[in-house]
Amino acid sequence: MNGLILLIPLALGMGAIGLAMFFWAMRDGQFEDLDGAAQRILIDDDEEDGQC
Amino acid sequence: MNAPHSFPEADRGELVDSRFTVPGMRCAGCIAKLERELPKVEGIAEARVNFSAKRVALRHDPDLAEEQLIEAIEALGFEVQRLEDNPLGRDDADRRMLLRATAVAGFGMMNVMLLSVSVWSGAGGVTKQLFHWLSAIIAIPVIAYSGRPFFASAWMALRHGRTNMDVPISIGVLLATALSFYETATGGVHAYFDSAVMLLFFLLCGRALDAMMRGRTRAGIDSLLGRMGKSATVLAEDGSTSRVSAEDIRPGMVMLVAAGEALAADGEVIDGSSAIDNSMLTGESRLEPVGLGAEVHAGTINVMAPIRVRATAVANDTRIAEIARLMDEAGQSRSRYVRIADRASRTYAPAVHTLALLAFIGWMLAGVGWHQSLLIAIAVLIITCPCALGLAVPAAQVVASNTLIKQGLLVKDGTALERLAEVDCVRFDKTGTLTLGEPRPDLSTLDDEAKPIALGLAQNSRHPLSKGLAKALLAQGVIPASLTDVTERPGEGIFAMSGTTPVALARASETSEHPMSEIRIGDRRQLIHFADPLREDIAETLHELEALGLETELLSGDRKDAVEAVGKKFGLASSAGLSPADKLDLLNGLKSQGCHPLMVGDGLNDGPALAAAHAAIAPGTASDASQQAADAVFIGERLIPVAKAVQVAKATMRVVRQNFVLAIGYNVLAVPLALAGLVTPLIAAIAMSISSVIVVGNSLRLAGAAK
Repeated sequence: MNGLILLIPLALGMGAIGLAMFFWAMRDGQFEDLDGAAQRILIDDDEEDGQC
Repeated sequence: MNAPHSFPEADRGELVDSRFTVPGMRCAGCIAKLERELPKVEGIAEARVNFSAKRVALRHDPDLAEEQLIEAIEALGFEVQRLEDNPLGRDDADRRMLLRATAVAGFGMMNVMLLSVSVWSGAGGVTKQLFHWLSAIIAIPVIAYSGRPFFASAWMALRHGRTNMDVPISIGVLLATALSFYETATGGVHAYFDSAVMLLFFLLCGRALDAMMRGRTRAGIDSLLGRMGKSATVLAEDGSTSRVSAEDIRPGMVMLVAAGEALAADGEVIDGSSAIDNSMLTGESRLEPVGLGAEVHAGTINVMAPIRVRATAVANDTRIAEIARLMDEAGQSRSRYVRIADRASRTYAPAVHTLALLAFIGWMLAGVGWHQSLLIAIAVLIITCPCALGLAVPAAQVVASNTLIKQGLLVKDGTALERLAEVDCVRFDKTGTLTLGEPRPDLSTLDDEAKPIALGLAQNSRHPLSKGLAKALLAQGVIPASLTDVTERPGEGIFAMSGTTPVALARASETSEHPMSEIRIGDRRQLIHFADPLREDIAETLHELEALGLETELLSGDRKDAVEAVGKKFGLASSAGLSPADKLDLLNGLKSQGCHPLMVGDGLNDGPALAAAHAAIAPGTASDASQQAADAVFIGERLIPVAKAVQVAKATMRVVRQNFVLAIGYNVLAVPLALAGLVTPLIAAIAMSISSVIVVGNSLRLAGAAK
């Protein structure tokens, strides 16, 4: 029973952090351009001009 | 990731945002190019690409006109369109709201389950009481927040004296929550918070998927819109020019219409001569030569040379506006279509509610007391709550629409798939639908010396014939010749020097029915003929449609001989020379005979027919109005997506019906347990999850439906 006093708030807190992070990510526009994010990884920062 | 660009801090507050659609971006290189090169243009502070929506957002100096921004993007080699006001912003807000609600429900479900599992595995006494209270504290706010989409929709339906899927869901969830709270407060044995939250989570997953599918395809269609004459360059009396939107043009204004531009108002040519492409308005593929005093109509495209046009009829008086009125009236019937889920719930909801009521009355008569009777009645409601039913339709439709996207077809929403599955005959337009709707050159007249020069010249011009020529030559792998002193003379052509030889791509000295260009190398002249070719896979598409049991016919506004030639080639029955109202009448005639016609067309003249048809598909090159009226848009040069659309839609409805059977089957097995008073929260949770997983799994089979 004593363990529960610690563990339940811990479990709830971790869930709440995940939820808060999802809300933040959505407000930050991280789900706006999912295909773009996949493409951006390929951009070479040193190269001046991308080729299609 | 953006190239650093120093911009005076003081100017920051005055910067404005503009958004443009760049349909041609295809890879990381395009993103990098746009985001790095645009800020180097004087006055542009930042460029941000949204690849999914094919959009570029620019922060720039307010002094910079839209034309200059468009030029800057075109200088990088991209086709670009102004982004008109986004009518889909509300959809976006809906989707975000659903995602938030799903996230909250997911959080609540996991935590309540955590507590419920302990209760199921034997926690007793004070611990059980504590866990029930904790569940209540988590579940009640979560249900209040995540349940809003359902409660709002159910309330709307009830207020209008109707019922939909959300009514039984809302009643089930609310009653389960209220009962569980009462049980918790009075120290009862069972609490059903987990069932209520889990139900909401599964249902929200379905809704969120549905909204995301719509968002994804709408973004694709959005990026195709905005090609038509929604604004015009107006010449003021003092000789200055300004961009005026279509609704602000007044009769008497003089418009400068560049080659390749669409007209924004009806008018009379007062300077210059050119040829007009009427195909969007009439379906006629032949270019119409226009000179001084000729009448031109809004929505047609000026192909050859720049002209000046004095506006005579504007906004609601144009011929386009008349078509728009026809479309409005024709589109009414479609808005009355009832979705399959709502049709199912019309019979399902009363059955479930009657069953719960009977259970209550039955146990009351059996003399177990009102508390026990109510408990059993609510258990019946929970176990029959259409959790899997809520997933049955969206899960199948999302998988199907993703399958179709891969085939090059964007379906606007779920009702479109439902209606596509019901079609029993197909009516095609010709120009722009069976044909590609853009000029393609006949390259056989060009020799190997002329090709690189032609490409070099064509790439320097924005004329539609040049663009078509450049595209065809690039596709053949021709390398452009390097040219010097390139000049474009409006109405004449494009001139340059290749080494010491003067070369030109000019207007042909002869005239004919189809457009022609002439390439000049020194003294040598070669004619290039342009035609609007038929799509390659028409025969294959017609064959597949026939295999699906659909009857096909050609309806065109073009000349009789041109239409009959195509009709004969593919064994299609055809009608030619039809006006928009004629097409509308034919479609309405079919509907009154009890047929469910599918209309495939692109032009404004097809608009009313598209709106009236039971389902409609338009190519990506179609006019805005037609794309808006269509249920689906296909992209690319192939026609086969039309056949695939019907095939996948039919497969989808088969899977939806199987899903209904599976979902209801589970309920039928579980209801006797509930009626007997044997349903514990554990049984409810297991039944609900298993039926949902099976329904989703069955829907995934649609991934291969287009094969």
